[in-house]
Amino acid sequence: MNLTLKIWRQSDAGKKGRIVDYKIDDVSPDMSFLDMLDMLNEQLNNKGEEPVAFDHDCREGICGSCSLQINGEPHGPDRMITTCQLHMRTFKDGDTIYIEPFRAKAFPVIKDLIVDRSSFDRIQHAGGFISVNTSGNTIDANAIPVNKHDADKAFDAATCIGCGACVAACKNASAMLFVSAKVSQFALLPQGKIEATDRVLNMVRQMDEEGFGNCSNTGACEIECPKGISLENIARMNREYMSASLKG
Amino acid sequence: MSGFLNSTIARKFAMALSGLFLVIFLAQHFFINITSVFSAETFNEFSHFMGTNGFVQYVAQPILIFGVVFHFVMGFVLEIKNRNARKISYARYNGSANSSWMSRNMIYSGGFILIFLVIHFIDFWVPEINIKFIEGDMSGLDAAGNYRYYDHVVHSFEPIWRTVLYIVGFVFLALHLIHGFQSSFQSMGFNNKYSKALKGFTTAYAIIIPLGFIFIALYHHLN
Ligand code: SF4
Ligand code: FES
Repeated sequence: MNLTLKIWRQSDAGKKGRIVDYKIDDVSPDMSFLDMLDMLNEQLNNKGEEPVAFDHDCREGICGSCSLQINGEPHGPDRMITTCQLHMRTFKDGDTIYIEPFRAKAFPVIKDLIVDRSSFDRIQHAGGFISVNTSGNTIDANAIPVNKHDADKAFDAATCIGCGACVAACKNASAMLFVSAKVSQFALLPQGKIEATDRVLNMVRQMDEEGFGNCSNTGACEIECPKGISLENIARMNREYMSASLKG
Repeated sequence: MSGFLNSTIARKFAMALSGLFLVIFLAQHFFINITSVFSAETFNEFSHFMGTNGFVQYVAQPILIFGVVFHFVMGFVLEIKNRNARKISYARYNGSANSSWMSRNMIYSGGFILIFLVIHFIDFWVPEINIKFIEGDMSGLDAAGNYRYYDHVVHSFEPIWRTVLYIVGFVFLALHLIHGFQSSFQSMGFNNKYSKALKGFTTAYAIIIPLGFIFIALYHHLN
């Protein structure tokens, strides 16, 4: 298939970027989206042009590093997948595809399609952990009974790969789905109860400081999340936050 | 408290609470208005009671006005932060792929409702406050010695422009409530197995109440 790509090019964080058009021919429908970008970059290299910078690592939907806003949706039009799992058969011959970086004030562009998502790391550092004694007398996690329902919900929340698609999809660039997943994975487990109050207060404070928007409950994040993280987590975080605030 | 209201979650919680309060007020307003379709006398009596009762005028009304002002001021504050959170917008943004139009345009439906409310206040609230609390005539009677409330309503809906304006206002109200009413529960942390049923109820409410108001406006216009 032959395609027209409209790709955001920006040489570095300080420079102004713009959309540049590229034609690419003979794309196989079996290629992944990132394979297609590799092919484009090879052609650009051969012509002596600067290849398009984009994030990727595992290429199997588990690391969360690939990003890309494709035709106005994070990770493209398919559901429950990352960009590396998106196949070119999703598109038709002759299509024009917009490829832009995930946009948020808290995700500044580093180069072309690569954005700096370290704001997520700082939110995690603010409270996305539990303190476990690792000096030799650690209690086996399995020794603490957890009911199946809570364990399942905690595990579902823990499948968040921190890709940032929720922020990219949200009209307010809100990080509530990500943060709520990181709060919920501990809030539901006995191991997470000890630091529960500080965790939610600190993580939400950091989220606000990073400049993410507010949640309007549009639900766009849940639809676009490659891991199917549910809005229930946001409601849980709201409850956790309000009760933590009352406790002081 | 102001420190507390700096956090995004607390603000949304406050937004939800004030919104729910306004939703309840709306039902009360509707039930009084609908009596005007059945009995001018009942409507007059209700209106006179609401306009002269001390609790309604000095307690409920200030709370209501505070609720309205808080809801829209906070709405604008949140909107500004949301806009700041994405400085460069997408060249292509496919919002309809993942969210409803209503949910993405609360600021516009809300903004129109605000304009409508100002007009509505000028139409009904300001004249009554003027006669009762400025001129000091608490009787509620017109020159002929009859209650004026019902006639005021009928008279107001004679011109087609006002009737249409009110209908458009109620359509925006419905659009605002379809998202806002159910969304308020999520903001307050309520999302569980009852949420689906609740969404059915809130959606029905968001459509039926504005439709009822439209019916009342049209009824008085056509009669
Ligand atoms: S919640 Fe979903 S979309 Fe957001 S960072 Fe986690 S995996 Fe990505
Ligand atoms: S490259 Fe790891 S999730 Fe796509």
